[in-house]
Amino acid sequence: MTASVFFGCTFIAFGPAISLFLFTIARDPLRVIFLIAGAFFWLVSLLLSSLVWFIAVQISNKENASVQKGLLIFGVVLSVLLQETFRFGYYKLLKRANEGLMALSQEDAMPISIRQLAYVSGLGFGFMSGAFSVVNILADSLGPGTVGIHGDSQHYFVSSAFMTMAIILLHMFWGVVFFDACEKKRWWAVVIVVLSHLLVSCLSFLNPQYEGSLIPAYVVMCVMGMWAFSSAGGSLRNLKLCLTCRDKDFLLANHRPR
Amino acid sequence: MAENLANVLHEQLSEGFPDTHRNNSGEGADRRRVVEGVDQELNGQPPSARPSQRLESEEDEDEELTLKYGAKHVIMLFVPVTLCMVVVVATIKSVSFYTQKDGQLIYTPFPEDTETVGQRALNSILNAAIMISVIIVMTLLLVVLYKYRCYKVIHGWLIISSLLLLFFFSFIYLGEVFKTYNVGMDYITLALIIWNFGVVGMICIHWKGPLHLQQAYLIMISALMALVFIKYLPEWTAWLILAVISIYDLVAVLCPKGPLRMLVETAQERNEPIFPALIYSSTMVWLVNMADTDAESRKKPALNSTTPESQAAPSQSTQGPDDGGFTTDWELRQQETLGHMESSEETRRQVQEMPSARPPAIQSDDSEEMSVSGGGGSGLFHSQRGKASDWNWDWNTTLACFVAILIGLCLTLLLLAIFKKALPALPISITFGLVFYFATDNLVRPFMDQLALHQFYI
Repeated sequence: MTASVFFGCTFIAFGPAISLFLFTIARDPLRVIFLIAGAFFWLVSLLLSSLVWFIAVQISNKENASVQKGLLIFGVVLSVLLQETFRFGYYKLLKRANEGLMALSQEDAMPISIRQLAYVSGLGFGFMSGAFSVVNILADSLGPGTVGIHGDSQHYFVSSAFMTMAIILLHMFWGVVFFDACEKKRWWAVVIVVLSHLLVSCLSFLNPQYEGSLIPAYVVMCVMGMWAFSSAGGSLRNLKLCLTCRDKDFLLANHRPR
Repeated sequence: MAENLANVLHEQLSEGFPDTHRNNSGEGADRRRVVEGVDQELNGQPPSARPSQRLESEEDEDEELTLKYGAKHVIMLFVPVTLCMVVVVATIKSVSFYTQKDGQLIYTPFPEDTETVGQRALNSILNAAIMISVIIVMTLLLVVLYKYRCYKVIHGWLIISSLLLLFFFSFIYLGEVFKTYNVGMDYITLALIIWNFGVVGMICIHWKGPLHLQQAYLIMISALMALVFIKYLPEWTAWLILAVISIYDLVAVLCPKGPLRMLVETAQERNEPIFPALIYSSTMVWLVNMADTDAESRKKPALNSTTPESQAAPSQSTQGPDDGGFTTDWELRQQETLGHMESSEETRRQVQEMPSARPPAIQSDDSEEMSVSGGGGSGLFHSQRGKASDWNWDWNTTLACFVAILIGLCLTLLLLAIFKKALPALPISITFGLVFYFATDNLVRPFMDQLALHQFYI
C-alpha cells in the first residue's frame, strides 16, 4: 500500500481531532494535562476490559470460532460499559479536585471550568480510543500487501479511518453531554449517552457492510454533536453571531477589534 | 495584583539560567526565560483575583500561581520527554544498528542467550546487581569528591564525558544513519559536521547559548545515551535494572543516610549552588569496548541524559547542591532504566532541585532537563521494547507507555507541589511504565488485534 493511503487515512482519522487540539487546547497547559489524564483513564478502562476478556478466552474453548466471536462481542460490550464508568469516575475526580482547589485558593473562579473539562476529557478519551483503533492499521498500510486479497473488503483502510474520526468526535460529544448531565443530575441523559455508545459499537459488528455501520455512526455523531452544542450553551443565535463575526464576547476573548 | 504576583515569582525564582548553563550563577544569568515565564504566568491569570487583604491575597495568589505555574512546568517537562522519545523510537525503527546484538558492556558480563530460563534469570539478576553496585560506587565517589572539594576532578570528568558523548557517539550515530539511507559522505565533510556539532554542543552545555539550542542538545544527548544503552544492555537485565534503580532512587532520596541526600545537605551547608560539573560529569560517555574505563564512564552515559537535566535544574533552583548529587545518580539510573527512568530522572532532579522550604520554583530549565531525561528514558523504554523483535512492534504499547510515563511525571510533580521537599522522581514513572508496558503487551494487544481483524470498534 502506498504512502498516499497512509497519509490520507491518517489525516481523515486524526485531522479534526488534531486541529481541535492545536487551536483550543495546545496553548493552555492545564487543558493539555487534563487531556492526557483523560487518555490515561480511557487506557485503564481498556486494560481492565482486556484483562477480563483475556481471562475468559483462556478458560474457554480456543478452537471454537463462534465461541471466540461471542467472547469478543462480550468484550466489546464490557469495554463500552467500563469506558463510560471510567468517564463517570473521571468526572467525580475532577469535581473533587476542583472543589479542593477552590477551597484552597478561596477564589471565585476556578482555573478551568467544568465545561472545558468535559470537552477536554472527552477529546482525551477520543484521542486514545482513536489511536488504539487505528495506529497499527496505519503502520501496516505503509508496508507491502494487497488489501482484501482473501475476498475481504477493499475499503478496509478508508473505512477504518472514517470510523475512527467518527469515534473521536463522538467521544468528545459524549464527554460534553455526559458531564453536563451529571452536573444537572439528569440521569436519563447519561443513560442515553451509554446507550448511544453501545449502539455505535454494536453497529460495528456489521462490518464489512459499511453502509450499516458507518452511516448510522455518522448520524449518531451529528445528533450528539447538536446535543453537545446546545448543552454547552450554544444556540442558533450564537452560531449566527459567531459565524458572521459579530459575537462580542468571543471577539473580546480573542483580543480582536470589531 | 500583577505587581504582587511578579514580586512573588521573582522571589521564588532564584536564577533564571539557561538549561544547559551549568557553570554557575555568576555567568550570565539568563533571566529571559524566567521573566517570560512570569509574564506568561501573569497573562494566564484570570482577572478575578482581588485580594482584600495583602497577606491573604498573596497566599491565594501563591496557590493559584502554583497551580498554573505547576501546570506550565509540567508541560515544559512533557515536550522534551515526548521529543526525546520520538527521536529514539524513530531511530530504532529506521536504523537497524541499534537493535543488533554486538556484545555487551563490561558491566553486564553475563550473557542472556542461555539454554534455560532459570540460567537467564540468574544471569540477568547478576548483571543488574553489578550495574547497581557500580552506580552506588559512582554516587559515593561523587559525594566524596564533592565533600573534599575536588572540584577540578569533577569538572574534568564532566568535560571529558560530554566531549566523548558529543563527538564520538554522534559520529557513530551519523555513520549508522548514513549507512541506513545509503548516503555517500566523505571524511572531510563529516569531520566538519561533527566538529561543528560537538563544539557548539560543548559551548551550549558548559557555557551559554540560545535556549532552544540548549534544549535541542539536551534532547539529542539523552537520545544518544538511550540508544547506547538499548544496544548494549540485554533485555531482562534492562528491565531488572529499571526496577532496581527505581527502588534505589526511593532509598537514596528519602533515607537520611542516602548519598544524594548527603550531597544535597553538604551543598546546602556550604551555601553553594549545585556544582554543574557534578551533574555533567556523571554523564561521561563511555564506550562499550573500553573495558578498562572505570565505572564512572559507564555511569556517565546514562547520567548524561539526566545530567543535563540535572544541571539545568540546579542552576534554576536555588537548591543547587541537592540536585547535583541526584542528578548524577539519577542520570545513571535513567540510562539504566531505558528511558523509563529518564523521565523519572528528570522529575527526580526537578524534585530534588526544589528547595524544601520553598514552593517549587520551577524554571524552564529544570523542566527542560527533566523532560530530556524523561524523554530519553521513555525512548530507552520503548526501544527496549522494540528491540526484541521488529515484527512484534506494537504501536499501541508504545502509546500506552508514553501516556503512562507522562502521567507518572504529572503525579510526581503533583507530589512535589504537595510535599515541597526532595522526592524521588523515578519510582512512579517507572512503575507506571512497567505496569502498562507488560499489561498492554500481554492483555490489550491480543484484544485489539482481534478487534481490528473483525473491524469492531469499542
